[in-house]
Amino acid sequence: MNRTLGWLVVLGLVAGLVMSFGVAPRDAAQGNVQRIMYLHVPSVLVAYLAFAVVLVASIVYLMTRREAADRIGHASAEVGVLFTAITITSGAIWGKPTWGTWWTWDARLTSVAVLFVMYLGYLLVRGMVDDRERAARYSAVVGIVAALDVPLVHFSVYWWRTLHQPPTMLKPGPSTMPGVFATTLLVNLAVLALVYVFLVSKRVRLLRREEEALA
Amino acid sequence: MKPKFIGGGLVILAALGYMIYAGVTQSAVYFVTPSELRASPVTGKAYRLGGLVAPGSLRWDARTLDLAFTLTDGQASIPVRHKGTAPDLFGEGRGAVVEGTLTTDGYVKATQILAKHSEEYQAPHDKSEAGYKELIKTLRKAGQ
Repeated sequence: MNRTLGWLVVLGLVAGLVMSFGVAPRDAAQGNVQRIMYLHVPSVLVAYLAFAVVLVASIVYLMTRREAADRIGHASAEVGVLFTAITITSGAIWGKPTWGTWWTWDARLTSVAVLFVMYLGYLLVRGMVDDRERAARYSAVVGIVAALDVPLVHFSVYWWRTLHQPPTMLKPGPSTMPGVFATTLLVNLAVLALVYVFLVSKRVRLLRREEEALA
Repeated sequence: MKPKFIGGGLVILAALGYMIYAGVTQSAVYFVTPSELRASPVTGKAYRLGGLVAPGSLRWDARTLDLAFTLTDGQASIPVRHKGTAPDLFGEGRGAVVEGTLTTDGYVKATQILAKHSEEYQAPHDKSEAGYKELIKTLRKAGQ
């Protein structure tokens, strides 16, 4: 099962690359650099997904005290941090040629930086507490509070004046890009979501094995 | 045990809510508009000014790197001067944010120019330029 998923991920990544560089046309205003969008936008959406899973897993853990929920939360937070890092890095590389700066403290970028640090904090709390049950309990609370920042990130471009443009996906109203751009974006989103599922399932298994070995 | 946690949680939530509220109402504005700057100008103060580069206002001397243009929001406009290059997406009729100080002569002396682009994407008007064909064409040209 896991092997099949792995090969699906490989195929998906190749398909995503072909779509991003071969099928999608370059943007009229930005040129080829706009193709960074096909990594940047799906990455942050998968990070949202990852942190939503952390939120649900944390609530379930606090209610039922089932270790399986805690492992899913732990794994999902790690992969979410990874995708947030990819978002920030690709955003900086996109920002330099288009905006003229790698980084600026506008509301969108600042709230994403906060998101990154909060989930690093979640992992830090886990690592600092030796007792298995207490680590799970404390981090579950952090996992719930940190999730408050996800809507803040998404709506920051509407609530405040920012340098960052409003979203192209996940927004009300008609689409602001032609079909090929949207299809390419959706393909890459599906692929990165698959990468997320693959990494989390691997990590959950690894965490279980670790606990079995230590027990 | 339980009420303590609920109480503590509420305190944290209230504090977070207040911080977000304070952020909204005060300093979270990334840039001011020309109208806002005109309404309460303070010379010598550092500003981030955002608006549209007024069509026909852009002057650029590539030899001295002197860049001059006017930022407008439809109601008010502020002249901007800068020494240096602008990002690729900077141009007349497009959004821009400049960092700089307001001088006594009434213009903003910019230290950095940022281009603000929209969330609209479109293919080049010439359809034959699409994707890999164009890439291969450029590669072939480079190989010759």
